[in-house]
Amino acid sequence: MISEELVNALIENPAVSREEVEDVYRDSEFPVLMVEADAVGAVSEFLRDTEGYEFDFLKNLTAVDFEGHMHVVYHLYSTSLRHKIMLKVQVGREQPVVPSVEPVWRGADWQEREVFDLFGIEFAGHPDPRRIMLPEDWQGHPLRKDYVHEPDHYD
Amino acid sequence: MADRNVGPLLTAADMLPGVGGDIIVTEADFFINWARRSSLWALTFGLACCAIEMMAAYAARFDFDRFGVIPRPTPRQADLIIIAGTVTKKMAPRIERLYHQMPDPKYVISMGSCSNCGGPYYDSYSVVKGVDKVIPVDVYVCGCPPRPEALMYGVLKLQEKIREKSLRQEINASA
Repeated sequence: MISEELVNALIENPAVSREEVEDVYRDSEFPVLMVEADAVGAVSEFLRDTEGYEFDFLKNLTAVDFEGHMHVVYHLYSTSLRHKIMLKVQVGREQPVVPSVEPVWRGADWQEREVFDLFGIEFAGHPDPRRIMLPEDWQGHPLRKDYVHEPDHYD
Repeated sequence: MADRNVGPLLTAADMLPGVGGDIIVTEADFFINWARRSSLWALTFGLACCAIEMMAAYAARFDFDRFGVIPRPTPRQADLIIIAGTVTKKMAPRIERLYHQMPDPKYVISMGSCSNCGGPYYDSYSVVKGVDKVIPVDVYVCGCPPRPEALMYGVLKLQEKIREKSLRQEINASA
């Protein structure tokens, strides 16, 4: 469990916390930070590089589609200090763009390609932004709630 | 062999007394079909969970090798392809390309629910509802996944099917 003090210090830290870092939920073993899209790069580097945090492992990068908006969810783990944290970024449905964390954690490479493939969220600065699971010429993003499947020649 | 009208299988010892040679006289169809069904070299196309059961069929306990079935990694040296697993729309053109790369005579076994008909993923946007929408299938093996014995039974059924083939039909069909 990441300690309360570290989470509070994270919110107060001038290197990270502008008004963009919002609410924090401390209920579970995954305290959640809502982060603005612009601050994702700075927050990621801070969490990875700072003493006491040392989040060197990106366990999961995924997205959730709600009615009016979408969340990009990051699960982070520290292999040296054994604590966890979760970041959530809220994006809209039209032209969603989030800075890529691939320069920070290499494992984000294919995870971000998967999120782009299935949700249509673009990651700025990703070295290889293309679909990963669906054919290259697929139209649409299937895990969105408003996806309608057009029958093709296989159906 | 006794249930088909192939005529007597004559050996040289029957025809030429005193000669203990190794000459066998038989029908061309019978001999060719025997050779083709007894050494089916399979291009294993393990796509999903059925691949695990297919591996079990190749391994020691259930042993495919005693039927002459050995795995080949290249379609050029295979005369059987076992589609084991879910066929997605991204994979379907690749399967068709590999099927065309196999030399004749070639056979296809569809293993498991997913390649038979789409299986539990029938309603998915990305799954082809059965590999027979892409390539012609000779034997369908049911199961999810089929046990290794079921896959072997499928190969035995394919051997029965090959037993019935005739050269004259093939020559006429390709003419």
